[in-house]
Amino acid sequence: MLRLRPILNAGRLQRGYASAAGPHALVLLEHRAGVIESGSLSALTAAQQLGGQVTGLVVGAPDEVKGVVEKAKKLKGLNTVLHSASEQYAHTIPEVVSPLLEKLLSDSSPYTHVVSAHSSAAKSILPRVAARLDLPAVSDITSLEHDGSATTFTRPIYAGNAIATVRAPESVRVKFFTVRSTAFKASAADEGAQAEDKAVEPVEVANPPTRHVRTDLTKSDRPDLGSASRVVSGGRALKNAETFKSTLEPLADVLGAAIGASRAAVDAGYADNSLQVGQTGKVVAPELYMAIGISGAIQHLAGMKDSKMIVAINKDPEAPIFQVADVGLVADLYEAVPELVEKLKQQA
Amino acid sequence: MRPSAVRLLNILVPVKRTVDYAVKIRVNPDQKGVDLNVKHSMNPFDEIAVEEAVRLREKLKDEVKSIKVVTIGPPKAAETLRTALAIGADSGIHIEIPESAPAPEPLGVAKALRAIIEREKDGVDLVIMGKQAIDDDAGQTGQMLAGLMDWAQATFASKLVVDPKSKEAEVTREVDGGLQELKCRLPLVVTTDLRLNEPRYASLPNIMKAKKKPIQKITPADLGVDLKPILETIKVTEPPKRVGGGKVENVDQLIAKLKEAGITPVKS
Repeated sequence: MLRLRPILNAGRLQRGYASAAGPHALVLLEHRAGVIESGSLSALTAAQQLGGQVTGLVVGAPDEVKGVVEKAKKLKGLNTVLHSASEQYAHTIPEVVSPLLEKLLSDSSPYTHVVSAHSSAAKSILPRVAARLDLPAVSDITSLEHDGSATTFTRPIYAGNAIATVRAPESVRVKFFTVRSTAFKASAADEGAQAEDKAVEPVEVANPPTRHVRTDLTKSDRPDLGSASRVVSGGRALKNAETFKSTLEPLADVLGAAIGASRAAVDAGYADNSLQVGQTGKVVAPELYMAIGISGAIQHLAGMKDSKMIVAINKDPEAPIFQVADVGLVADLYEAVPELVEKLKQQA
Repeated sequence: MRPSAVRLLNILVPVKRTVDYAVKIRVNPDQKGVDLNVKHSMNPFDEIAVEEAVRLREKLKDEVKSIKVVTIGPPKAAETLRTALAIGADSGIHIEIPESAPAPEPLGVAKALRAIIEREKDGVDLVIMGKQAIDDDAGQTGQMLAGLMDWAQATFASKLVVDPKSKEAEVTREVDGGLQELKCRLPLVVTTDLRLNEPRYASLPNIMKAKKKPIQKITPADLGVDLKPILETIKVTEPPKRVGGGKVENVDQLIAKLKEAGITPVKS
């Protein structure tokens, strides 16, 4: 083992000279029901800021991949779209997808960065692949700067109460990072763009240790919480699932907003856990965030304090949420919210 | 005895000592880190991991042979191990690093855990660990460990059912937009989400008993791992301060403020 090391390092150095051509990012393009996830579009924007080539990667079941590739090719900023289709890739199980990524990122690969959204799927896959290649990873970045060989990132730590600036030095052959989507604009489609597409043979995994049983997604006609421009969020003060619904839905309707929830509301069963906003839930940064009956614990603020305008309605004038709210109303939400809905409707 | 021995589960639970979740942290003026002279406790996700291991034993009885907890940290991290032992783990391993050492990165931690697993004579069938530490918020170690071991992984678990006979586990995971169910072969790395369980408080008798449980101390060098960070932390700064905009008297004023910001109702 010890003897091998110098040889491996020598290989690394040589490649360093050979690939001085500039950064080349591989962006994981996640998709659901034929649509590229907005988080991946933000990751693409982050990848472009590296200032080099950008290759997208679409992995999935054969019946999905073709349509997604067509859409991906029209994305601004993508030079190449790689795609790999296999029945095995239908649910992006990390144990099954990792070998494909490991192959793409082998010693002779041109990629200097691997970029993805900070989504639940990518969070599961990227660190696994990075470790197998003996590389570190950087999670949930909010900005980046590339200077030719090293990349410097900023990322929130301690639930967003501090910002760390970290540098992945030249010695890190491939820099893995996930992107906080609210910190980067989604890359748009451009009719003029036409990236080249290349198929990649899937790497079949015989007898994988993990099998997908099923996925239950919460169905909703509302905008997606992670990318909505307006969010109406409820906390423990909403009492139960019925009042949570009956109070917040009319307001969300009249504002065209997504619905979110505090951990307290989710734990108490008022709302589905996919609606949780905070350090352990979704991070949102909409134009408008309305916190209804939410006290504003550190962990909740971590998920929404980058919103452009924060409005709080709370009975308790001492609630910490008022320290970050642009507009605070100390009132009983059961009176204030229906009145707000009525008056907004009159304006519509 | 022999034939059944293969079905016994050995569980490893890595835990981390972090700044208590309720502490409002302060960034040091030298921008090198945050003030750590504050209350520390076990990372909340790790508490859930220890609880889950103990519940598995309560459910499976003798089929769980051992629950070992392991931590990497300065001398004080031993307190965190004692807490885990008081919740119900059997023994602890403390990979001790100097107080002044930089915080190890997930890759280094994962390599140390791999070395620990490889040292275990009876092997490890199940690693249960938090989905992220609330200090660095990286959320990588479990996946990295699974990758290094080439094991199955189930991240963000909200439900875990282990069948020691078939050496399989059914795991429900919290994913974007809903829930996902997986069936995983052991050995397996599970990372815990908040909703997996409600950790118990250690009772006084159990805290006393925990003092007698063995903790083995080792160094990273004993394991042949280097915990030196690869990424350079250039600085740690305060996030931009948000200034509260003050309060309004009534709903009409609230609507006026919304209008000022260009937020109007949508036509239905």
